[in-house]
Amino acid sequence: MKEKDKKEKDRQGIGSYESVTEEEKNRFVREVAHKKYEYGFSTDVQTEIIERGLNEDVVRLISSKKEEPEWMLDFRLKAFRYWQTQKQPSLAHLKLPEIDYQAISYYADPTKGRKKNGPRSVDEIDPELMKTFDKLGIPLEERLALSGTAVDAVMDSVSVKTTFKEKLSERGIIFCSISEAVREYPDLVRQYLGSVVPYRDNYFAALNSAVFSDGSFVYIPKGVRCPMELSTYFRINARNTGQFERTLIVCDDGGYVSYLEGCTAPMRDENQLHAAIVEIVVNENAEVKYSTVQNWYPGDADGRGGVLNLVTKRGHLRGANSKLSWTQVETGSAVTWKYPSCILGGDNSQAEFYSVAVTNNYQQADTGTKMIHLGRNTKSTIISKGISAGRSQNSYRGLVRVAPKADGARNYSSCDSLLLGNQCGAHTFPYIDVRNDTAIVEHEATTSKISEEQLFYCNQRCIPTEEAVGLIVNGYAKDVINKLPMEFAVEAQKLLNVSLEGTVG
Amino acid sequence: MNSEQQYIDLFTACRGLIDSHSAGALNALRDKAFDDFCRQGFPSQKVERYKYTDVASAFAPDYGMNLKRLEFAVNPYKAFRCDVPNLSTSFYFVVNDAFCRENSAASMLPGGVIVCSLKTAAEEHADLVASYYGKLARTEKDTLNALNTMLAQDGLFIYIPRGVDVERPIQVVNLLRADTDLMANRRVLVIMEEDARARLLFCDHAMDDRNFLTTQIMEVYAGERARLDFYELEETHAKNRLFSNLYADLQRDSTANLYRITLQGGLTRQRTDIALSGERAEVGLYGCVIADKAQHVDHNTLIDNRAEYGVSHQLYKYVMDGESTGAFAGRILVREGAQHTVSDERTANLCGSEARVYAQPMLEIYADDVKCSHGATVGQMDEQALFYMRQRGINPDEARLLLKLAFAGEVIDTIGLETLRNRLHHLVEKRFRGGMARCSECRFCS
Repeated sequence: MKEKDKKEKDRQGIGSYESVTEEEKNRFVREVAHKKYEYGFSTDVQTEIIERGLNEDVVRLISSKKEEPEWMLDFRLKAFRYWQTQKQPSLAHLKLPEIDYQAISYYADPTKGRKKNGPRSVDEIDPELMKTFDKLGIPLEERLALSGTAVDAVMDSVSVKTTFKEKLSERGIIFCSISEAVREYPDLVRQYLGSVVPYRDNYFAALNSAVFSDGSFVYIPKGVRCPMELSTYFRINARNTGQFERTLIVCDDGGYVSYLEGCTAPMRDENQLHAAIVEIVVNENAEVKYSTVQNWYPGDADGRGGVLNLVTKRGHLRGANSKLSWTQVETGSAVTWKYPSCILGGDNSQAEFYSVAVTNNYQQADTGTKMIHLGRNTKSTIISKGISAGRSQNSYRGLVRVAPKADGARNYSSCDSLLLGNQCGAHTFPYIDVRNDTAIVEHEATTSKISEEQLFYCNQRCIPTEEAVGLIVNGYAKDVINKLPMEFAVEAQKLLNVSLEGTVG
Repeated sequence: MNSEQQYIDLFTACRGLIDSHSAGALNALRDKAFDDFCRQGFPSQKVERYKYTDVASAFAPDYGMNLKRLEFAVNPYKAFRCDVPNLSTSFYFVVNDAFCRENSAASMLPGGVIVCSLKTAAEEHADLVASYYGKLARTEKDTLNALNTMLAQDGLFIYIPRGVDVERPIQVVNLLRADTDLMANRRVLVIMEEDARARLLFCDHAMDDRNFLTTQIMEVYAGERARLDFYELEETHAKNRLFSNLYADLQRDSTANLYRITLQGGLTRQRTDIALSGERAEVGLYGCVIADKAQHVDHNTLIDNRAEYGVSHQLYKYVMDGESTGAFAGRILVREGAQHTVSDERTANLCGSEARVYAQPMLEIYADDVKCSHGATVGQMDEQALFYMRQRGINPDEARLLLKLAFAGEVIDTIGLETLRNRLHHLVEKRFRGGMARCSECRFCS
């Protein structure tokens, strides 16, 4: 009890310094420094995993397991054949470990262990699975009703459960897993799938289009405001599997939806591949908010293991006065390669990108956005905050393009980097390409470390250095965190602290 | 078309001729440069540093080359009475890539200072030239370096010994003169020892209405506490293509201010790589580009911070009209251990209706205790300012002109050399009024 008190005092930076023995101080520091990835457990669910390797038969098998119609299989095969003709690109500022695409299993279904036909009600879901999502803080049952968020939970390749479906369908909103959508709303899916990110877009997009397993599908009908936040939680569990999810959001004229995405993975020594695609279609007067808290396993302190997060995310603002906002907090993954982009096609459309990317240890992140201005009077804002610590490399890479007909286009970008430690790197690579004389494009970026004065000020007020850094970093990231929905903002703030623990001293 | 092949063929066929009209230090690097050139070929636009300029097509046409070093019948003093007079400079001419020996202003230089042809220097000061030549402009990674090193026979050599302060600016006028389409491969080597000080002014002119292609590689070494002000002013014409790479290595406490100003030209591609090798080295890079019609100007800079307490400032301003294309890619690299670096970079563009502007300011930082920033803007003139002037009876065209002058003036105002600064204000105004190609006295215009 006494010891606990002391520890508490120490944590708060109060209590006389001398009264704490050297050993205790060390122990505390060790504890903090070794605080590990919280979500690194793995779940012992019986999972049906198909054979490793990738060929046309595997693509057909995935398609047949999902009971997909013929056109879907054709789409997959076309993508697969294209993928075979391509080589893995060398990524700009990332060292990507060699990926053996034949050593990965492309389909893992944790729901198939017990029942043949997949879960139909909560009772049928493997209790281990439910525990997993409870541990992650994703309440799939009653607690959800209180929090008022509809959740689609995806583990490995399969959507485990989607909540609040009935309530949403009263308003005509479709929120279900993409495989279900392929079966039940084939016309809608067929119309929009691949229309924003075609399978020829890039190497990983082609791979995803060939083998994508699950993800969410959202359709907001004309004039409907979605009454609650929609959320998907992704988890990679099975060993030696990749996750290839695909999300498609269509917001019809005058609709509104706010969508959240979270992800975690167990700690494994080998790298896990995650290549996802998110497509968003925003029609006239519609608005979509897309928020991500990405917390895949980042690998251990020596850079072993971790998720390779290679993602293509893009929104197409098709209608006039449409709005799209990307907000992301990136704390996990060994390698992050991700540029959530906006094509501002409709006149007066507006796009926003807010990002906090934190890298520690040996993590590498190359993330940013693309704003392609095509319509008249289009506006885009980019706020990016990078924080690098340990031996990590953190890059912002962004493109702002103004097409010849995009009269009155306006862009403002601001990218700041914070360096914690003298072995990490922080980089900024913005690309600006303007072909219209009425456009106004501004970009600014700064890089610096936490000022000694700020730290000293905090120390003077009995805030230990570690906490002071957390405080300053949270203040630094505030602009972005504030854009997140409430529940996510709290999680993101906690994540920032966890990710940076052990970086000071 | 395979643009490289003609240069490979030419080099293989004329190797003896090239060597015989050059000097040992220059010839020594040709084989390696040739290998590097064959290996790399011309960079495609997928290569990051050549993203905005199509090099292969610029080098595709068949240009004549003066490999036999025939002297052109030209008296530059008669032919050239142009735009930057009354500077009281030590005045030199380089015609195409050959240093003009007559009328040498050597007598005005302080003792020990050498300004001469690179070939002469390589013969008379072989060790000095050999220990510096080709050390910064590496041929392995840049095709233009390789091509120039492989073909260059001559150029300019400037040497300022320890502690010498050359008060009088050294002005070098690069003239392009030919009766047929011509390619010139010019090489410039500037060596400044400890505590040396100098101001260099390079003016590029084209005297004939021919297609010119120039590659210029310039290597600058600044010793400890040396100070260099360098101004490069391009006033050529639409048929000129200039590929100019400048490399500078700055030792402890040295300072360099480098200005690269393009008032008129065809295709201009300038690469500027500065290595801050010693502590507290400081560099200022400034660019001012005024372009119209189909002009293409591409600046590519790298500030390589290798030691502690390095300081750098960059300011590039573009006024783009017509169907011109302007590109700026500036990279600030702070290496591990280069703590306390202060580096800023700013580019601003006025973009005309059909013009196209690329801006790519980059920060790449591997040290934590640094202050680095960059900013880029693309836009048009402030409507309120125009309205203010029109209220006061200034007609719209004049008001626009005034704003453009003020915009470009920000770069020119930082020039330390007063007469040059005033002259440049005048030249820029003349350029905006469309009068550049018609200066009153020179042969070219009259």
